[in-house]
Amino acid sequence: MICKQADAKVHLTQMVDGKIKKVDLCEDCAKAKGVDDPTGFSLADLLLGLGASQELAQATAGRETSCPTCGFTQADFKKSGRLGCGDCYTTFADGLESLLKTMHKGTRHVGKAPHITQPSRLVQDSLKLLQTQLDQAVAAERFEEAARLRDQIKLLKEAGTGVLAA
Amino acid sequence: MTLHQFLLPPAEAAKRAGPHDRIVMSSRVRLARNLKGFAFPGWAKKAERVRACDVLRPAVEGLPQMAGAFAESMEALSPLEKNVLVERHLISREHAAKGAGSGIVLSRDHSLCVMINEEDHLRMQCLCPGMQLQQVWMAIDQADTALEKKLDYAFTAELGYLTACPTNLGTGIRVSAMLHLPALVLAEQINQIIQAVNKLGLAVRGLYGEGTEALGNLFQVSNQMTLGEAEAEIVDRLTKVVAQIIEHEENARASLLEKKPKSVFNHIGRAYGILANAHSITSKETMNLLSLFRLGLEQGLFGSVPHSLADELFLLTQPAHLQLRFSEKLAAEERDVLRADMVRERLRNVNRPSTPPAAGPAAPDKSGAP
Repeated sequence: MICKQADAKVHLTQMVDGKIKKVDLCEDCAKAKGVDDPTGFSLADLLLGLGASQELAQATAGRETSCPTCGFTQADFKKSGRLGCGDCYTTFADGLESLLKTMHKGTRHVGKAPHITQPSRLVQDSLKLLQTQLDQAVAAERFEEAARLRDQIKLLKEAGTGVLAA
Repeated sequence: MTLHQFLLPPAEAAKRAGPHDRIVMSSRVRLARNLKGFAFPGWAKKAERVRACDVLRPAVEGLPQMAGAFAESMEALSPLEKNVLVERHLISREHAAKGAGSGIVLSRDHSLCVMINEEDHLRMQCLCPGMQLQQVWMAIDQADTALEKKLDYAFTAELGYLTACPTNLGTGIRVSAMLHLPALVLAEQINQIIQAVNKLGLAVRGLYGEGTEALGNLFQVSNQMTLGEAEAEIVDRLTKVVAQIIEHEENARASLLEKKPKSVFNHIGRAYGILANAHSITSKETMNLLSLFRLGLEQGLFGSVPHSLADELFLLTQPAHLQLRFSEKLAAEERDVLRADMVRERLRNVNRPSTPPAAGPAAPDKSGAP
């Protein structure tokens, strides 16, 4: 049962990856999800919870967005419940944000990171902060402060790459 | 070397012991990783998958942990061999369906197994008998750290390791323990346990993972969330929960034997009766009865027969393992007959369960006799 407001009238059983998945829906939900036509039912909804594909669609304001790197579209996500490549997380970031919130403990990674390929989180955070301050300083025409900030950013970036090269 | 020469014979595989293996059948940690600059396997065209595999396989095979490993492309394995790997919990059912561009690398001691181009470019797991979650995490972490020196993983500071399915995003970790809980099932407490575990954000699944039935009173407990919680915390949380479930199962066993011994002996005795005498038996019924047989072995009702006999039969009686023993392709009905024949034969030298003697008739009351 999905909406828990009306009795389930439509009982959908689908084979997903060789496994049987069952969903019970009331008539209204069934229509809303397009289950009258079983072939149009979204696997993403089944796998990730009803509304998953909708959220992704809403986030892109109904326009069909496709990933510039791999050509994956939100319709593909609706079909498979999987993304096309790493860059899809950037392409569909807005829609994924709320999806990740319902699915996980947080929306920000905590834990292991590859040592060599990434500057540390701390460095990245500081860089972001300094960049914001720099933008503000420039906007307010506080050029001395801006120059100081620019040098700091440069230093930090060099230190960051130093770590990378090590 | 063929896969069958490489894999441990079921008798040996069943004898591998671990801490708390009365209840914890195995501990596993798997990590999902993807290469930067390649589409995920489910979306990539075949040529790209093959290219990714060409990068991944030498890197994995080159790990010191993989010295003397078994490495093969999925298209080179027969459907039977793939199913044997599934029954050994070394690959997923999904991976068994893969062909060209996908592969498997299995360490010499069988504990480390890497699937190449499953749903993600790399799905690597460490699987060990008994309660060893901490140890398997450390082993897979080490392999992953060695691999990241050679491979450029898809990773962002914000979202962690990027995975094909958003449900694995972040740490890409799935920590799970396979638990044998016959007493909690018999005492009808299992649903309470499952609900409590679910409330903690952990999943309870059947024998072969997601969407499968809990056959043979076997339950797989695992984490669901992968983003926003560090690996060590997840392992720690699961370790604590499993320790509690072990305690509940032990308590249920003790209390059942104390309060309803007849009911317990009835279940075990009937299980033994059918296993030792049936001439046709399905794999599902076998698993459920072997679970009760194992419980009897652990309670010492079958003398000194070790519980590894139940585990060995558990493996041997599954469809692919059974088919392995026969050259011609068997129909399901034929398998049921051959399965029953094999189990009967193996139980020929196992005596009936020795339960406490039945209470005799009350001593005749002499004084009241006419």
